[in-house]
Amino acid sequence: MSIITKLAIAAGLATALSTAAFAQADLSGKVIGFSQIGSESGWRAAETSVTRSEAEARGVDLKFADAQQKQENQIKAIRGFIAQGVDAILVAPVVATGWDDVLTEAKEAEIPVVLLDRGVDAPEDLYLTSIASDQVLEGRVAGEWLVDAVAGEDCNVVELQGTVGSSPAINRKQGFEEGIASASNIKITQSQTGDFTRAKGKEVMEAFLKSSNGGADICAVYAHNDDMAVGAIQAIKDAGLKPGTDIKVVSIDAVPDIFTAIAAGEANATVELTPNMAGPAFDALAAYWADGTEPEKFIITESKLYTAENDPQGEYERRKGLGY
Amino acid sequence: MSRSLRPLVATAVIFAIAYALAVFQFPNMFSTRVLGNFLTDNAFLGITAVGMTFVILSGGIDLSVGAVIGFTGVLIAVLISLAGWHPLAAFALALVIAAAFGAIMGLAIHYLQVPAFIVTLAGMFLARGGASVITRDSIPVNHDFYSWISELTIRLPGGGRLSFIGLLMVAIFIIGALVAHRTKFGSYVYALGGNETSASLMGVPVARTTVGVYMLSSVLAALAGIVFSLYTSAGYPLAAVGVELDAISAVVIGGTLLTGGYGFVLGTFIGVMLLGLVQTYIIFDGTLSSWWTKIVIGGLLFLFIVLQRLIFAASTPGDKSS
Repeated sequence: MSIITKLAIAAGLATALSTAAFAQADLSGKVIGFSQIGSESGWRAAETSVTRSEAEARGVDLKFADAQQKQENQIKAIRGFIAQGVDAILVAPVVATGWDDVLTEAKEAEIPVVLLDRGVDAPEDLYLTSIASDQVLEGRVAGEWLVDAVAGEDCNVVELQGTVGSSPAINRKQGFEEGIASASNIKITQSQTGDFTRAKGKEVMEAFLKSSNGGADICAVYAHNDDMAVGAIQAIKDAGLKPGTDIKVVSIDAVPDIFTAIAAGEANATVELTPNMAGPAFDALAAYWADGTEPEKFIITESKLYTAENDPQGEYERRKGLGY
Repeated sequence: MSRSLRPLVATAVIFAIAYALAVFQFPNMFSTRVLGNFLTDNAFLGITAVGMTFVILSGGIDLSVGAVIGFTGVLIAVLISLAGWHPLAAFALALVIAAAFGAIMGLAIHYLQVPAFIVTLAGMFLARGGASVITRDSIPVNHDFYSWISELTIRLPGGGRLSFIGLLMVAIFIIGALVAHRTKFGSYVYALGGNETSASLMGVPVARTTVGVYMLSSVLAALAGIVFSLYTSAGYPLAAVGVELDAISAVVIGGTLLTGGYGFVLGTFIGVMLLGLVQTYIIFDGTLSSWWTKIVIGGLLFLFIVLQRLIFAASTPGDKSS
């Protein structure tokens, strides 16, 4: 599939989604509790502000509880929501274990629970649905973009991995490898961890450049998150090369800074990890309340690709106020 | 009214007024569900705070209790889930380890004459570090005994629940109050906190009492760790971070003098409930940042410290324990 058709499909999908958004169910009068982990990362803060705005758009009275990274606070918050008699509860669980009792209590009080962004080790009948991204798919979308972008030419890729052993690092690596599996012209020549940080991404990229003939043998860099990509861009510039042109840059997350880089032509593509987990949750709840439709147990959010053709400046403006 | 009862009465009055105001705004706050939650959700904090009351009454402080909760939770989760132990055996081992841990801290404080602050700070690092060395993940506990305990719940009309752990906390408070006010050990603790030198001249076994106080605190912290493990059905090395500070706050808000020698176990119970009330109110409101909990607790602490100063400034030194 060519990049053009893909973009066309993406555009079509976006239109379909926005139409759906206009037709979104009015949930006014509903009280929904949201137990958030905390605000440990920019993405988490963005998730919180998107959840608030999605709730407002639907007329939901959102009760927000920040657990300050503590499970006991989350359990208290959920119990508090049940006592208050809310209509539904959203939870972004801080750890996977220890939810059986409190979820059972919610079930007995007939309050549907939706898990956001992370799963739990509890029987599936204790929650309505869980909403999360597919990390393997994110890597695959990045890989497939590169296959299209090099269009058959030989390409040596260097990879900046996330924190060793973390599930996004494992899954995004696997997905990317799947994405380029069909293209024998693309090879991953070096792969090291950059710990998801800007500083480490820059440092590792510098080492890659030194060991690859000053960068002449590298055609693209794949970073497991945007922060490392931003660090790598700096390293490429320091080495006297042009990021985005001499060395292609593709990464995952779609944070505001990467859109600045894309707008400047220094990065080529990013795959979005959407902070909008609440929108699909509200839609699932609306359908459930309207006619008892049981949503699927695992709702996968879209992993959308952004390139220079998707108005990077505009995307930056849209995101910068979200708290990233 | 006797002057010495004033802080306790003040705490109770503040709790009653705060609760009445909360109920006025959110009528649902006055339900068996919320009252049951007060006990269940604060069970581990309450049990820890009973031990902390004794430590503070004796003129000391114990910063290690939160870490002991985390360590105990991880230890029993590993023993039950990975080593296949029966939970009761794991609980017993955890309590024995905690007793030894508290005894060592007490011995160090008494015989090395090191401030309790430093010794228990070291204890906190040891216990938290130990927990993280055992595992860095959250280990689930799936044992029939755990499900059996969680089913030991008295259902109240209106959807409320009196859970086993909530009732256990109430029992620990009653036993704690009896020990503090009705036993020789209790009077030794008060005497020690009043003035160590005169206590020792009066024949109080200072060494034995100090060791006993820290053993009691560590054992109750381990019991709180067991309760926390029943509460979350898991062991996590970063569980209960900062609970020592919540426990100290509850004790002070409950009217116990930080310098020792004066206070009531029952006051600590009201202090714990007051902390729970603030948290529940913020959850019910749903728009306030949860960090307001800390601000309110800070304000209450300040209020009580000022109150204690006002009450005790008038009394003669040495009249503290009257």
